[in-house]
Parts: sequence; C-alpha cells; structure tokens
Amino acid sequence: MTILVLAEHDNASLKSSTGHAIAAAARLGGDIHVLVAGHDAQGAAQAAAQFEGVAKVLLADAAHLAAPTADNAASTALSLLPGAYTHVVAAATGFGKSIIPRIAAKLDVAQVSEVTAIEAPDTFVRPIYAGNAFATVQSKDPIKVLTVRTTAFDSPKTGGSGAIETIEAAADSGLSRVTGAELTKSERPELTSARVVISGGRGLGSSENFKLLEALADKLQAAIGASRAAVDAGYVPNDYQVGQTGKIVAPDLYIAVGISGAIQHLAGMKDSKVIVAINKDPEAPIFQIADYGLVGDLFALVPEFTAELG
Amino acid sequence: MKILIPIKRVVDYNVKVRVKSDGSGVDTTNVKMSMNPFDEIAVEEAVRLKEKGVATEIVAVSCGVAACQETLRTALALGADRAILIETDVELQPLAVAKLLAALAAEEKPELMILGKQAIDDDANQTGQMLAALLDWPQAAFASKVDIAAGVATVKREVDGGTETVEMKLPAIVTTDLRLNEPRYATLPNIMKAKKKPLTTTTPAALNVDVAPRLTTLKVVEPPKRKGGGKVADVKELVAKLRTEAKVIT
Repeated sequence: MTILVLAEHDNASLKSSTGHAIAAAARLGGDIHVLVAGHDAQGAAQAAAQFEGVAKVLLADAAHLAAPTADNAASTALSLLPGAYTHVVAAATGFGKSIIPRIAAKLDVAQVSEVTAIEAPDTFVRPIYAGNAFATVQSKDPIKVLTVRTTAFDSPKTGGSGAIETIEAAADSGLSRVTGAELTKSERPELTSARVVISGGRGLGSSENFKLLEALADKLQAAIGASRAAVDAGYVPNDYQVGQTGKIVAPDLYIAVGISGAIQHLAGMKDSKVIVAINKDPEAPIFQIADYGLVGDLFALVPEFTAELG
Repeated sequence: MKILIPIKRVVDYNVKVRVKSDGSGVDTTNVKMSMNPFDEIAVEEAVRLKEKGVATEIVAVSCGVAACQETLRTALALGADRAILIETDVELQPLAVAKLLAALAAEEKPELMILGKQAIDDDANQTGQMLAALLDWPQAAFASKVDIAAGVATVKREVDGGTETVEMKLPAIVTTDLRLNEPRYATLPNIMKAKKKPLTTTTPAALNVDVAPRLTTLKVVEPPKRKGGGKVADVKELVAKLRTEAKVIT
C-alpha cells in the first residue's frame, strides 16, 4: 500500500492541516508520499519531509502553481495517479474539499468526505447530518480517495528525513486563474480552528451588543461566532454562523451566550470538549448539553466573567 | 446565457434526525423534506443574474425519487423557468449525480451551473467539484460573490482564513457558500404560476449513466451522547471550574 497525501501550504511553509492528513495516512498503514505542488516551495517540501512516517516528498514546481486553481492542482496530482497508489488523502479544509473531488471523479472512484476514524484500509467512519449520525462506509474502488477531519487525527512527530524528489508539474489548463486573495488580518483566531469559541445568539439583542463578547474573546484569545437566529436578525454577518448550515466547530471550550440551542445550532458545536452556556431562561435546550450552565442576565454576567479572568 | 441549477431534496434543516434502531440508516419516513439550504442560495443567485439581464434562462434539475418534483416546483416558484427531474429510486451518491448532471449538461449546454456547496444530509461536499472535473470546466467552490461579464465569471470564494478571487472562462461551475446572498421566499402568486411551468422527466438509463452506488454503508450509529445539564451558581464558580476541573483556561 502506498498513500499519496496532498500538502496544503503557502509555498514557504506547510499548513498545520497537512500534519493531520499525514497522521490519517499513517493510520492506514503503508508508505506515505506527500505531494507539494507549488512555486518555490522548497520550504514547504522540507517541512513535509520532517514528519515521521513520510517516505518521500514529491515537489512539483511551476509558476502557475504558486496560487493554484483547483483544476491545475488536481491535474498535477492526477499525473501521478493511479500509479502505485492505493489511497489519496487530504485534510478536509477548503483546499482539500476543492481538489479531492476532482481527483476522485477523474479516477472514476467514490470519495469519502470528512473521515473521523479509519477502521480498515477500505472502511471509514464519517459524520452525516452535521454530526447527528455517524456512518461506517466501505469502498470497493481500486483507489480510496479521502478527506479527513483535522480534529480527529493528531499531527505526527517531526524529526523524520524523507527524501525530496522533483516531479514535473502538469501544464496550466488556462481555464481559470487566481487573481487575488484577501486574508482576514484579524487578531482573533479562525472560527474553525480556534481553541476557544464564544458565540452570541438572539439574546444579545443587537449588533452593538455583540461588542460585549469582544472583551471576553480578547481575554481568552477566542474566535467569535453566532447562532443562525443572530445572523438572521442581522446582528452579525453570515460567516459567523455556527450550525448545520454554517460552520462546524469543535473547540476545547465553547461559550454560548444568549443562545437557546436550536437543533441546527447544536449540530454545529456539540463536539466541543467543554460547553458553557449563559442564558436567562433556565429551560433553554442549550443547558441540556452544557457542562457548565449559568442562568442569569448575560449583560451582567459576561462583563463579570471578563473581569474575573483578570 | 443559460444557467443550470441542480437542487436536492433533503430532510428539512429543522428536523432532528433519528438513527434507525437496526443501524441501517436515518429514519426519513414522515419527516418534513425541503430544498437543501445551499441550493436555495444557488437558485437565488441564478434568479438575480436573470434579473440583472445576465442570464436568459434558468433550468432547475433534480435527481432522485418522484417526490423531488415538489422541490423543483419550489425552484420554479422562486424564479426558475423550467425544470427537469432525472428520476430514479436508486440511492444516488455524489459521483453518480455528477455523472447524471454532466450528461444533462451535454444536452442542455448551459454556460454556468450553480450548485450548493454541500447537501445537509450526506454532507459530502463533492458534487460540484466532481461535475467540473467530468466536464473539464473550471470551478469556484464556496462562492461569496459572483460577477459575470464578457464570458468570464469573477468569483470571490471563501477559503480558510479569508477570501480568494478566481476568474474563470465560461462555461464554469460555481458552488455556493452562506454569504453569497439571502434567498427570497416564494410568494403565493409565484407558487401558483410555478404549477404551469414546464417540468419534464428523464432517467439515468436515458442519459446512459450507471448510477450504482460505489460505497456500501455498513452501519449508521448515533453520536456519543453528551452528558450535559451541569449548572454553576455564579461566575466565580464557573471560572474556578473551568480552571481546575475542565482545565480549559489558565
């Protein structure tokens, strides 16, 4: 068995998601090759080679891969496939989700998305219905193509020394190009990878009142999210939304403020390690899943919470 | 310009799904079904492009059981011009749906196809990208803004940590993210009008597509139950417990 892992990187360095994908590949067993498709991406290739268990890093260099489009990234990976590979793995991030399905379709094989556990080289566990159920699925296709949930696989140790081999990049399809990127320059961590998430609901009452959460978020280096009700009420933009139709988060600590706990919100956060709920209604469903429920007026409790952290 | 919008009938997002006791799947009998929320955003975007004069025809398409006609009628009420159902009782997996849509695209020759980024039942997030690969079209997945001019689609898309802008030659595939737009509601007069709009039916066999499932579901289980319900009396106790018991803050 040989596994091809697609590295996510910014050329100079490797994204942490790649480590999680390599960890999932290690669980499959077999040789691990990592494809770094980029431009002047020696830095990323060297970082990939240092993960324990990586036998070989394949480095494809081309100007059009500096910020690759999905079709160009997929075609460089496809130039190696099917080859000797039994599995293709990437993290289930925006990168992996864009490219992996193209590879599966071109190979005429099924893809298994957001794998959270590997039971056998052909048998995988994955969440469906936003994590309200878990399906165990088996693929009989000759190549298994997977995206893996980063929170389910811990990064392997570094200190390895895989060989770096240069390969040809596939030609530019010319169908599309990336013309710009605006990365959020927020002091706050990203919602889906933050260790602490504080979300506000309709109980906050206004857009202005969301600022109340900011002081607490600063103290805890937390990301700020929201329930769909708060988004629908126009308090915050849609990309704050945590829930079945928004973002799925699983931080170490999730603090729900003024959120009643609609099913569709719970679906997006109930895998958090520790859940705190602050709500004035003692009957709110959110308390049924909270580890620490605090009943009372959020407008008094949130500032008190912030102050107590010192 | 013709736009094709594939839509999926799914369990309504407000329904709490239950796993069947025999572990064979999720119980969908007598459960409210609706259009996949991300597909509503796709329909809305197509309708806005038509209102702007960019699109001339919107064709909604769904793959699945006969009841998908209801979902297609909803799309017609929201502004699609006609609808096509690719009818089958087979459980359709994303690769099969992508093949059906690719076959239909060869007949319909749309310049743009807008799909929801994922369906809220199987959460696969595959069909749009697979379809783009099968057609050798460019794609912009997770779109938050779409502009079309002179045969080029300029799409702002959500990436981890921000947005990225992609320019694509048409024909192309766009998949929708939440921020793209806020879908409208169907008005009663439009629901009535939708009943008269054309809805045709075809089959996988007519499109010459093998839709046999590739993945076998061995079992479906409920997620581990969360033991909640703990309460604290005040903020002092909360912070103390987060520090010493849960050890999630310092």
